Amino acid sequence: MLSAELLEEGQHLMTVCNACRYCEGYCAVWKAMETRSVFKAEDLNYLSNLCHNCSACYYSCQYTAPHEFNLNPPKTLAKLRVQTYAQYAWPRPLAAAFQRNGVLVSAVVVVMLIGFMLAATLGLGRRLFEPVAGADFLALIPHSILVATFTAAAAFVGLALLIGFLRFWRDVGEPYNALFSPKAWGRAFMDVATMTNLDNDGAGCPYPTESASESRRWFHQLTMYGFLSCFVATILGAIRFDVLGHHGTSPYESLPVIFGSLGGIGLLVGTTGLLMLMKRRNADIIDHTQDGMDLSFMLLLMLIAATGLILLLARQTAAMGSLLIVHLALVMTLFLTMPYGKFVHGLYRSGALLKWALERSRKAAAVKP
Amino acid sequence: MPDHVSTSPNETPLNPDGYDVLVVGGGNAALAAALSAREQGATVLVLEAAPKALRAGNSRHTRDLRCMHEKPTSVMSGSYAEDEFYKDILSVTGGKTDEKLARMTIQASAQCVDWMKRQGVRFQHALVGTLQLGRTNAFFLGGGKAMMNAYYDAALRCGVQVVYDAEVVDVVIQGGAFRNATVLRSGNRTQVTAKAVVVAAGGFESNLQWLKKAWGPTADNILIRGTPYNQGKVIERLLAAGAQSVGDSKEGHMVAIDSRSPKFDGGIVTRLDCISLGIVVNIRGERFYDEGEDFWPKRYAIWGKLVADQPEQIAYCFFDAKSMGKFMPTLYPAINANSIAELAALLKLPVQSVVDTIKTYNEAVKPGAFNHEILDDCKTQGLKPEKTHWALKIDQPPFYAFGLRPGLTFTFFGLKVDEQARVLMKSGGPASNVFAAGESMIGNILGKGYVAGIGVTIGNVFGRIAGRSAAQRALKSEPTEDVPQEAARHVVG
Repeated sequence: MLSAELLEEGQHLMTVCNACRYCEGYCAVWKAMETRSVFKAEDLNYLSNLCHNCSACYYSCQYTAPHEFNLNPPKTLAKLRVQTYAQYAWPRPLAAAFQRNGVLVSAVVVVMLIGFMLAATLGLGRRLFEPVAGADFLALIPHSILVATFTAAAAFVGLALLIGFLRFWRDVGEPYNALFSPKAWGRAFMDVATMTNLDNDGAGCPYPTESASESRRWFHQLTMYGFLSCFVATILGAIRFDVLGHHGTSPYESLPVIFGSLGGIGLLVGTTGLLMLMKRRNADIIDHTQDGMDLSFMLLLMLIAATGLILLLARQTAAMGSLLIVHLALVMTLFLTMPYGKFVHGLYRSGALLKWALERSRKAAAVKP
Repeated sequence: MPDHVSTSPNETPLNPDGYDVLVVGGGNAALAAALSAREQGATVLVLEAAPKALRAGNSRHTRDLRCMHEKPTSVMSGSYAEDEFYKDILSVTGGKTDEKLARMTIQASAQCVDWMKRQGVRFQHALVGTLQLGRTNAFFLGGGKAMMNAYYDAALRCGVQVVYDAEVVDVVIQGGAFRNATVLRSGNRTQVTAKAVVVAAGGFESNLQWLKKAWGPTADNILIRGTPYNQGKVIERLLAAGAQSVGDSKEGHMVAIDSRSPKFDGGIVTRLDCISLGIVVNIRGERFYDEGEDFWPKRYAIWGKLVADQPEQIAYCFFDAKSMGKFMPTLYPAINANSIAELAALLKLPVQSVVDTIKTYNEAVKPGAFNHEILDDCKTQGLKPEKTHWALKIDQPPFYAFGLRPGLTFTFFGLKVDEQARVLMKSGGPASNVFAAGESMIGNILGKGYVAGIGVTIGNVFGRIAGRSAAQRALKSEPTEDVPQEAARHVVG
């Protein structure tokens, strides 16, 4: 739950901002703020997830330190945001994962690596280090085991994310039936797909430093579309095997390999860019307690992309078995930590954008006679 | 001298050979002057008294500027012709203006937005958000600090030297010409020479001693809405050296703000927009002015003075549940109670007097159709003074009140200038190389009163003229009319 201190900080911020409103031309946060006059915990939870952390408001603010009002909108909203992640987490005890997240993710990586390695050496023995005919992954790991483990993990993760989302949705004051609005989904989809809230009317955002640029938007979208492309590749691979019955290695020109490779490159370039930007961030507006969470998520995506691409190139060699184990262990780590790490920012920000789309259409309806 | 002072990154060395143009101040007028002077090819030094984080004087708190335009633009709707603009100035100043300078400013205001855009300033689209001035005024995206960030970036790009924490404490004028300035940095005094100087260092509103001299003890109860760095020292030195003054030192842009606001730098959030919805009483519990005289944007600028003229420079705005939420959100919550008597007691006002005032007011309210968007027919009859619009009975609990104090934005007393922004001397004629822009000379156009956004307009127009004139003077070229921007760029290379 929101601490009294943070609640007060958030309310102070929104009270000053709502009396000022100079930032209303920037992003959705300020437009949504203007429709409110009191700021309860749930309003702050919504607004903080609507914030894309671009910092345009910070550099324009006449009330940042050393002014006595001491506003720091991006930092306060970041602190509020991470506490919502813990608040909505399911099952509840795992909410603790949002503290020391970097250490936790690293530990899961180690456990997964050891586990996969043990299982593979026990099951395969020396075959693990020999080239496999036709470079067929499934010759090493039986299809049934792969499907069983990943389906179980996916089911759990899917449930955890769904419950988290519904908790967010109720907390910010939306009824479940409000979810059935195709128009709002369409608008929210466009906001996510283009990240228009980082655009600031064409100038981009002042990240990592004060001069505005579109670099973060590009690197983020490369990462996001890279991730989605890899996800599509996995589904296409499953269809290819289970529906079409094409067993054996996917050729380079097959759809799963094309989507996977493009996604891998997107992830690699996107996360590298984001990490480089992250190193140059303005320390004054960063909630450094979240560094581990941010870093571990990006490194994990980067390593998955790197090992995946290497695996594609080296699948004919004796290294395939080891590479496959490392890659799968990393993918499983990402999977299992998704509801308890930086990944959820996408879930709740999309939810906030969906609510923002609903609020806009309600406002438009109220204006009409 | 302690080590940390000499190694401070702010200790940019000043050029011992001097500069073509010295700009005193760091706000909108100062940077417009610096950029314009640089465009002419001059070497330029900007001395800003504030630290970097608090740079740009009152421009940091601005949001918009008033511009003449003949047809809708991307940033303003409708049209706003020269005569209408001038009529607005005449009406707020009661004729206390210099028509020549005012009309010149109005005509030049048509180019302000384009010029600012070229420096990287960005604007909100016309008619977005909660703006009431979308026709007459152009709004900066992100407000005045964002505008100033763009200016400072432009200054950095084109090679204007900016020094922060550098207060100009003296200027030497000999034979009607500027020789050098003394700048105080980290406790050290240094002399800076320049071939011309532009004074764009604001008014004297933050100089409490000076305010007291002008206002008497009343000054103690005035809150300063803007920067604490506008001390008026350069104006004072120039007047002592024979410059002509303009304006009354008691005049300024003063609005009624929340009595709980900080002494300095509270800015926009301290404003209260509830006055036209309620009634205002003084410390004796008596009304003293028609709260519904005209639309709030046309009246907000008179209420600071009205409150300043009341005993102890305080007043209280009362309204009831009907009006709550019908005005812009406030920084501090309204004080509330379930009866007028309780509320008056909370505010330590004479209870019976407040109760009587509101009772008499309620009885005088005539029925009408309330509409805050127009000058409606809700008014009182038989009161002194009447409330002529938006008069609603104050009878629905909970009852609310805000304390009001005079909030001084800036003073109008300053340097008299001609149309080239040259400072005029008492001996007759202009000083050869001393120019002024912005609040330091705003009294030439505003003898009293204020019309929203005109401060930035005057700062921009006179800043550009002063910078260009100063550069031309320094470079000894003949003053020419409006050097085209592209040619000017080419000169800078």
